[in-house]
Amino acid sequence: MIARYVISVGVVFMKYSPLDSKLLETIADLHGIPQGAFNIRKDGEGFRQSSANIEIIPKKDKPGIDIVVKPGTKDESVHIPVILTKSGLKDLVYNTFIIGEDADVTIIAGCGIHNSGEDVSEHDGIHEFFVKSGARLKYIERHYGQGDGTGRRVLNPTTIVTVENGAYVEMEMVQIKGVDNTVRNTDAFIHDRGALKIIERLLTHGEQEAVSNVTLNLLGLDASGQVLSRTVAQDNSNQLFKAALVGKNRCSGHVECDSIIMGAAQIRAIPGLTAESAEAVLTHEAAIGRIAGDQLIKLMTLGLDEQEAIDTILAAFLR
Amino acid sequence: MLELRNIGLSLNGESGEAKEILRNINLTLEEGKLYGITGPNGGGKTSIAKVIMGIFSATQGQVLFNGEDITNLSITERARKGLAYAFQNPPRFKGIQVEEVMRIAKPGIDEMSIRGYLRDVGLCPEDYLARDLGANLSGGETKRLEVAQVLAKESQLTIFDEPEAGVDLWTIQKLINLIVTRHRGGANRTAVIISHNEQFLPVCDELVLVADGEIQEQGPTNAIWPLIRDDIICDCQIRNQCGGGFYEVQPS
Ligand SMILES: Nc1ncnc2c1ncn2[C@@H]1O[C@H](COP(=O)(O)OP(=O)(O)OP(=O)(O)O)[C@@H](O)[C@H]1O
Ligand SMILES: [Mg+2]
Repeated sequence: MIARYVISVGVVFMKYSPLDSKLLETIADLHGIPQGAFNIRKDGEGFRQSSANIEIIPKKDKPGIDIVVKPGTKDESVHIPVILTKSGLKDLVYNTFIIGEDADVTIIAGCGIHNSGEDVSEHDGIHEFFVKSGARLKYIERHYGQGDGTGRRVLNPTTIVTVENGAYVEMEMVQIKGVDNTVRNTDAFIHDRGALKIIERLLTHGEQEAVSNVTLNLLGLDASGQVLSRTVAQDNSNQLFKAALVGKNRCSGHVECDSIIMGAAQIRAIPGLTAESAEAVLTHEAAIGRIAGDQLIKLMTLGLDEQEAIDTILAAFLR
Repeated sequence: MLELRNIGLSLNGESGEAKEILRNINLTLEEGKLYGITGPNGGGKTSIAKVIMGIFSATQGQVLFNGEDITNLSITERARKGLAYAFQNPPRFKGIQVEEVMRIAKPGIDEMSIRGYLRDVGLCPEDYLARDLGANLSGGETKRLEVAQVLAKESQLTIFDEPEAGVDLWTIQKLINLIVTRHRGGANRTAVIISHNEQFLPVCDELVLVADGEIQEQGPTNAIWPLIRDDIICDCQIRNQCGGGFYEVQPS
């Protein structure tokens, strides 16, 4: 069964152009065929391989896949990159992730768009996660756009996460470059002793627009949630970041939005705290500012020119 | 090697109007010597260092380095020509790690050497190489790392702005030895130490006393240090902005 998948994947891989490989490398650190389970979706078509503990099943009623991790699976990873190389393609997928009890896995997702045409290329991913009790999940999602066409590159991810009792989830969502429009919606439901940490890193430039709405519902006793957002807005780009914590029990939550603003960019950061229990402890910090002049000067005294100093500071900030 | 000719500096204060910070600064630094600059708070020591480094551009006068007029050169150009400045208050960075900043200071440096510089300033490389130069470092750690960076840069002229400030008592002597030995390592490097420290100043070859934006005294340490130590200069020559000497305690 597995052998058959490998062969079919091998054939498919031979069709991949250098451009595909480059995109896959940028968004998912993929150099060739990944180890273990994976699903690679190119221009609306998926190619996949399951492993003994991780099953990838195409959905029957709509585009997308179910990724089912057996309880107790340890130290395995799944790669599920998406690449779009045709201008004018609008791709919509529904993916469901079920992480079994006490499993400990890493999922590397991401979407790379190469648009060299005039039409909009769009990928809308609706990801739903059920992380069962005691499980640990690390989810990494990287978004990247390239191509010299006038067609816009649009990515709209929707993420719904249920963190069951005692589960731990870390989600790192990065938009590297070249995405013209993005609206990301993230909703999380965290149960007893469950913990969720969302790290968001975003860079916008040119005329790009990015909107991020994150809501963490802290439902259970001793649930905890954290949203750490680091963003850079350059040129005429525009960012709106809304992070809401809703504490319904004895729980703790923290939101931190830290942004560097440059050129004629605009950033709005709106943290929101709602406590529906007297034992909820919710905090937020938000800061927007230019690159600190003394940081630039310091790096210049070490021999960097101004542009090198800016690049160094931004790369470090978004790391 | 470095010459300040009739430097004047005015800066805009918080209210927006120009304030004279430095006046008639004439100073010649010779190759291979160790200089100490001292004087009251707000007297203009850091401002002189920043004029040399190009962080402040002089409103008047010239800066010469190895005979070349560098008055209009940028900070970067001066840094590349062989000037270095260890900040009095080093800025903090988010996400830049110690190892990375050492590599910026000295492109191509190998890890062994980085470890050596960290050990020189009394920091255990295992604990610090991967640390962020962010808000989590203590004041003394930040100062030590600042010194490590400029030492790694191996510049022809290095200015240390109060390197001992915030550094614990047990380390000050080691820090002095380090700067003195690096400086006297035979490479004919010149160092300037801005300091208020009674251990640091006597080891310098020459001392410069700066107050009220002017050089009040300069000369060999054996001539100047006794005047400073015994308060002779303070009482009769340095006046703070209120017109008095400093720290005059009224008898109760
Ligand atoms: N960026 C600036 N803008 C305006 N005024 C400044 C600026 N930096 C320093 N000054 C002023 O210049 C004067 C000299 O400051 P400077 O930092 O050179 O003193 P210093 O001798 O190094 O003092 P300290 O011993 O406290 O470090 C002070 O009155 C200070 O308030
Ligand atoms: Mg000073």
